[in-house]
Amino acid sequence: MTKKDLSLLVLILVVGTVVALINPRFLFVGNLSNTANQVGLFGIFSIAEAFVIIIGGIELSVGSVIALLGVLFIDLIVNHDINWIAAVAMIVAAGLAIGLIHGTLVTRMRIQPFVVTLCGLLIYRGAARYYTEDATAGFGFGASFPMLEWLTAGRTNVLGFPLPHSVVALAVVTVIAWVALHRSVFGRYLYAVGKNEEAARYSGISSNRVTISAYIICGGLTAFSAILIAMYTRSISPAVHGSFYELYAIAAAVLGGCSLRGGEGSIIGVVLGTVLLQMLQNLVNLLGIPSSLNFAVMGTVILAGVLGDQYLVQRRHRASAAKGLGQTSVAAAPLGRAKAE
Amino acid sequence: MLRAARPAMPEPFLELVDISKIYPGVVALDHVGLEVSAGEVIALVGENGAGKSTLMRVLGGIVEPSGGVIRVDGIERSSLAVADAIKAGIAFVHQELNLFDNLDVAGNVFIGREPVHGGPLRLIDRKRLYADVAPLLERLGCDFAPDAPLAELSLAQRQLVEIMKALSLDARLVIMDEPTSSLTLTETDRLMRVVAGLKAHGVSVIFITHRLNEVIQCADRAVVLRDGRMVGALTRAELSPAAMIRLMIGRDLKSLYIPPAAPPGDSAIEIINAVTDTYPDRTVSLSVRRGEILGLAGLVGSGRTELARAVFGIDRLRGGTMRLDGEPIRIASPRAAIDRGIYLVPEDRKISGLLLDVSIAENISLPDLASYSRFWLVDTARENKNASRQRERLNIRAPDVATAVRSLSGGNQQKVVLAKWLSMRPKVLIFDEPTRGVDVGAKQEIYDMLRRLADAGVAILMISSDMEEVIGVSDRIAVMHEGAISGFLDRSQFSEHNVLQLAVGHSVEAEGI
Repeated sequence: MTKKDLSLLVLILVVGTVVALINPRFLFVGNLSNTANQVGLFGIFSIAEAFVIIIGGIELSVGSVIALLGVLFIDLIVNHDINWIAAVAMIVAAGLAIGLIHGTLVTRMRIQPFVVTLCGLLIYRGAARYYTEDATAGFGFGASFPMLEWLTAGRTNVLGFPLPHSVVALAVVTVIAWVALHRSVFGRYLYAVGKNEEAARYSGISSNRVTISAYIICGGLTAFSAILIAMYTRSISPAVHGSFYELYAIAAAVLGGCSLRGGEGSIIGVVLGTVLLQMLQNLVNLLGIPSSLNFAVMGTVILAGVLGDQYLVQRRHRASAAKGLGQTSVAAAPLGRAKAE
Repeated sequence: MLRAARPAMPEPFLELVDISKIYPGVVALDHVGLEVSAGEVIALVGENGAGKSTLMRVLGGIVEPSGGVIRVDGIERSSLAVADAIKAGIAFVHQELNLFDNLDVAGNVFIGREPVHGGPLRLIDRKRLYADVAPLLERLGCDFAPDAPLAELSLAQRQLVEIMKALSLDARLVIMDEPTSSLTLTETDRLMRVVAGLKAHGVSVIFITHRLNEVIQCADRAVVLRDGRMVGALTRAELSPAAMIRLMIGRDLKSLYIPPAAPPGDSAIEIINAVTDTYPDRTVSLSVRRGEILGLAGLVGSGRTELARAVFGIDRLRGGTMRLDGEPIRIASPRAAIDRGIYLVPEDRKISGLLLDVSIAENISLPDLASYSRFWLVDTARENKNASRQRERLNIRAPDVATAVRSLSGGNQQKVVLAKWLSMRPKVLIFDEPTRGVDVGAKQEIYDMLRRLADAGVAILMISSDMEEVIGVSDRIAVMHEGAISGFLDRSQFSEHNVLQLAVGHSVEAEGI
């Protein structure tokens, strides 16, 4: 765990304690299980976003992709009688393809990632609404996929706690993403390109290929989470489904220590960031804060967190500058490896 | 201090007296004096790093001198602020032009001083803007319209826009830093006419140039700098390339040379008729033998870095072929070069060579991560072990290999870049300015390492603008001039004079060796 991850964990514990003291219902099994389910769903596409942010890009179309692929997925299994395993494969493939297109536009066509994915946000949302003629897509009477439903939206009792399967999915994704980012050669390349693309190129790393890979991973994971979310909500209004989800993802990544300049951030941090965001959501409900203030609370906490972090960084800089006028040597945070403190 | 000889001229309005500029460890200017009178054209010549640009930056108010006096119209000061310089009528035409691509000519000339109307609304008075710029265009004989978008102008035309800007500020002195380095012959001729026109109007010009013929063509006198000192001044009558070169060199070079252990072997890399994007109509051919250090000298902008980038696969070669150990090769990417054992230590290590916030160990392993990994996972123990070995071998001064590269000194940073490549098996090593920004002690260590590598059979191509280094370290020197090789020198022909002759495009034979 990095220092940043630790301080985020402390923040989560403090907020949790305060909420629990004010409203004990926070710790009720039902509430915790539901919040955990939200963390599971949001965590996966937040990790997806983190891959792109780490190479110095941005992905704004996450929410629209979740709407479009969710609508397509339900349509495939309900109206076209396609075997759900095949449908899952097709949707994930579609997500990978979207990532490939975004990555290609960013690298080969040299279009700024903000612009590429902003256009994606608009296009996929429009496509989703057109595809269903703006009607809500859902499961009709009698449509039932017991195996799929159990896998995606079911819960398993673990020591008396109904553990949502979305959390299990997030755990699996987290472990794989953690190894990929923090232990593998590919992860090193991702961070190297994010930190200094030019130097990475001079070290023989194909920065274009690495960048495209990041977008592809992001697309695939987003597609996976689109399926989970579709199965959880069971009905999708394409005009609003998943809207603003990209901002939840970016917020979680930033809370988790990602810099929008690239080259920084840890997977644990992103997951913790998601936990904090969902707790805040929960807190608004439990403390009787008008739900219209939901976003305002979230924004305030993120801003406070970033400001606090900035303050700590500056204090550390000043301390090391005061130490000596000569060469101050600083141990480097390893490229992508979470460092034990 | 030498005083610049001046022909009979009106009293100087600008005097620099005993100007010094000391940077940590480097004396950039050492008691330099210069006087400028109205309508005088002064050429400032000297090798790379002689202090020309620093001196002009002092005049422009960009650099604060460490000592000396600047006298403007008889008023003494110790330094000029940029605003003072502008008020004194000193205008700077930069090497990288400071213009706005998204504005038109008139908008650029009057940027920040646009005529306004409409009272408190302060709308731009477009009619007056264009009316004001028209006479300037005429005065310089420009062939473009006042509302031409800057983005459509050539580099030469942009220079004229800069000069117009200077004139609109009532400049008495226009400073040009290598104005002709990227101009064609006709464009240069026109610029020379513009300079003559300025002179006729009583405006003085100081220009820095490497092209000695231009100096003879248009300067009233030339001032020569060397190692931060003014070493001489030549009046119009005394101007000749030979006289200038004689002043530009003439220092005793310490011998850094370490002779090779054995004569060089077969050629390791051959570059045949290479064409780069910067000089599409020139070709370069050279070969480096195993065990040889080939110095590649030339002035800044002569195309050496571009050649290195193309050989290493950063840029594509426009034409030509390469051979490695006699086999034809094609290098389409840095990866391809690295896989063949061709490595580059780039010119700007902070941008291209290193990840500054990352540890020594991770910088070293980056180009060769696959061989530090098992099942695609990085084996950090092996990585650290190799890094520690390199740290010892190259004497990288840092507490441990987890230290961030940013906190190291320039010399130690350069050793980290070197360590990257020495961990692998180099066949050809290209160094672009191997000791730029490196302290003296580390310099010698790097030179020793170069020779040891050569003796181990590596072919070394060393691009360097440091005359002492090129002459002291190389076994053979190739000199580039405007995108082509202007000559090769063997050790018996090594001299600052010969290198400089070739670098400015003269042949060595003309002067006799």
